[in-house]
Amino acid sequence: MGNRLLRGTSLLAMFLAVAAVAMTLLVNTTSLGEHPWLRVFFSVSALNFTLRASVPLILGALCGILCERTGIVNIGIEGMMLAGAFAAFVAKTSTNDWPLLASLLFGVGVSLAVGGAMGLLHALFSIRYRMDQIISGTVLIVLAAGISAYLFDRDAVAEGKFGAIALPGLSQIPVFGEVFFSNPPLTYLALLLVIVVHVALFSSRWGVRTRACGEHPRAADTVGIDVNRFRYVNTMLGGMLAGLAGGFLVLEAVGQFQEGMTAGRGFISLAAMIFGNWMPFGAMAAALLFGYTQALQNELLLAGITTVPRQFVSMIPYVVTIVAVSGFVGRVRPPAAEGKVYETESGSE
Amino acid sequence: MHIFSLRRAGQLLVVPILAVFSALLVGALLMWLFGDDPLAAYRGLWEGAFGSPRAWSTTVRKMTPLILTGLSVSIAFKAGLFNIGASGQFVVGTVCSVAVGVNFEGMPAHLLLALLAGVGGGVLWGLIPGLLKVFTGAHEVIVTIMLNYVASLFAAWTVYAGGTQGQTPGPLWDVNAGPISRTAEVLASARLPWIFGEPYRVHWGVLLAIGVALAMWWLIFKTTLGFATRTVGANSKAARYAGINVRWITVLTLMIAGGVAGLAGAIETLGLNHRFAPEFTGGVGFDGITVALLGQTNPLGVLLSAFLLGALDAGSARMQFDSGVAADIIQVIQALVLAFVAAPAIIRQLYRLRKPGDLSESTVFSSGWGR
Repeated sequence: MGNRLLRGTSLLAMFLAVAAVAMTLLVNTTSLGEHPWLRVFFSVSALNFTLRASVPLILGALCGILCERTGIVNIGIEGMMLAGAFAAFVAKTSTNDWPLLASLLFGVGVSLAVGGAMGLLHALFSIRYRMDQIISGTVLIVLAAGISAYLFDRDAVAEGKFGAIALPGLSQIPVFGEVFFSNPPLTYLALLLVIVVHVALFSSRWGVRTRACGEHPRAADTVGIDVNRFRYVNTMLGGMLAGLAGGFLVLEAVGQFQEGMTAGRGFISLAAMIFGNWMPFGAMAAALLFGYTQALQNELLLAGITTVPRQFVSMIPYVVTIVAVSGFVGRVRPPAAEGKVYETESGSE
Repeated sequence: MHIFSLRRAGQLLVVPILAVFSALLVGALLMWLFGDDPLAAYRGLWEGAFGSPRAWSTTVRKMTPLILTGLSVSIAFKAGLFNIGASGQFVVGTVCSVAVGVNFEGMPAHLLLALLAGVGGGVLWGLIPGLLKVFTGAHEVIVTIMLNYVASLFAAWTVYAGGTQGQTPGPLWDVNAGPISRTAEVLASARLPWIFGEPYRVHWGVLLAIGVALAMWWLIFKTTLGFATRTVGANSKAARYAGINVRWITVLTLMIAGGVAGLAGAIETLGLNHRFAPEFTGGVGFDGITVALLGQTNPLGVLLSAFLLGALDAGSARMQFDSGVAADIIQVIQALVLAFVAAPAIIRQLYRLRKPGDLSESTVFSSGWGR
């Protein structure tokens, strides 16, 4: 029953995807493109914006998948992202006199490290100190917001950000080359990571063990897997991805840091993870959908369409998230053991 | 419930007190690390919170909404629900109360109606995650977070001054405000009167909030409904087996939580700000989580912890003025307080305390995102 339902949904999704691709081609190459509403929905700039808005959501959702597949609920993605963004900003501004690429890469490295540290903190709280995992996530959010606001030097300016790299050949494809193959490096990296996480999760020994920890930790323990060690490592890896999402915001998307600049992206990532049934590609599709709603909001403003108040247009991603979690919980299945502290037989760590 | 037993009270208080102490200590360490003077900062903080009658009045003023948002989060905790949505409920309560407050001139019981409108808005904003949780299994954490964003966008729209591109202004926008997005002032008949007027600006809202806390204590610990709520929170399967309507309790609890947070918004508007502008929303809702956990989700504990957090908030401006330490450090200290009270194991390890017997009524929220 569940399978048939899913197959139905994926057929529908495929049909919609094909229709969207056809419309995109038509709008961007024929005279259909003169229609303002069609441009809002299908123009190259809308699609580019979609991808750009989706990257932090994709990385955040991958973070959620890594944590939850191993049994740790992570609502703190938002905080990890913000910490990563702030760290990247500090790293970038303090190395402004380095060569641009070196300074940017240093920023990426620091955002990864700080994200990983936030992951470690989450793991420590929820495994070692048995804090409720949702509260631990909340602590991360408040902590990241507080520390970044306290240490933020409002006069500091980050000079330069990652520019687009057109992939030779591929970027010449009409329409799609512009959308998919002329992007800055972290965007490619995020898309690549979707594949990497998928393969690692479903075709590697590490992946099988990770999933065992999230589904049936007792059984995993019985065959000699150190459940809590897996949880520590995966939560840190996840934290690094969320940190990278923050690094993307500062080093590639915006170029500067603003207080609270993650603006709920961590939470939307969480929804993308649920919507995507804890699968990397599913989460990516959901993230693209959420990114698209943000792009629409942007395009409507650019097109000067004011019949709908802009505040209502801005609500779309959040409302879509609510609809998604209400409509899909129950049809998707979370890892069975997530959120539960695992205690070994002897009771020690 | 031997709630007034001294020994029990002592055991209940030891972790929160040590948590606050440790957070202040770690905060001092952080300030010192980043080249600030913690002693000067804390002196300024104390002066700003308790140094003068004026400082005391600021503390009381800051405490008022925290009591209510803390209660909102607490009652949800009692039923095993995590209400991150207090800030959204606060905002909707604000908008509803201000909508009544600026209109209906000469209406009898205007103040009461405006307050009730605030409660009603909050109830509605709590009802949505409640119904979604019960009927679709959507986790209240995600839904309430998303509703927070929807609420602040909705509120921003109601007072929107219109745009350069010809967008129409929102329904509550003050026509005389020009390009500023805000409402008109609440009519005098809908304002909460001052207890102490200028320069103290303490209004009756604080007594109302304390009254609600006492009522909430009675509701949770002395009524059948409260008992049912606590049973659902402790073990929802057992509660269902015992014939408690778990769905109804879930929806009702989130409605009450929303209503209390909505009342907080109404009180802030009708007592203090007298109008609404988007920048008034602040972080009171999120702080409610810290207040609730620091108060051990007990309404009387919430009173104490709201007082403490209100004092931190009140003193922060003076601290920044006197010592040059950015007021944002208070947010860091609050996060540390939250961390330490939420993981008593850290405190026990630090201070080598013994584990108490049956005191810890721990609730687990994070058992997945479905039902």
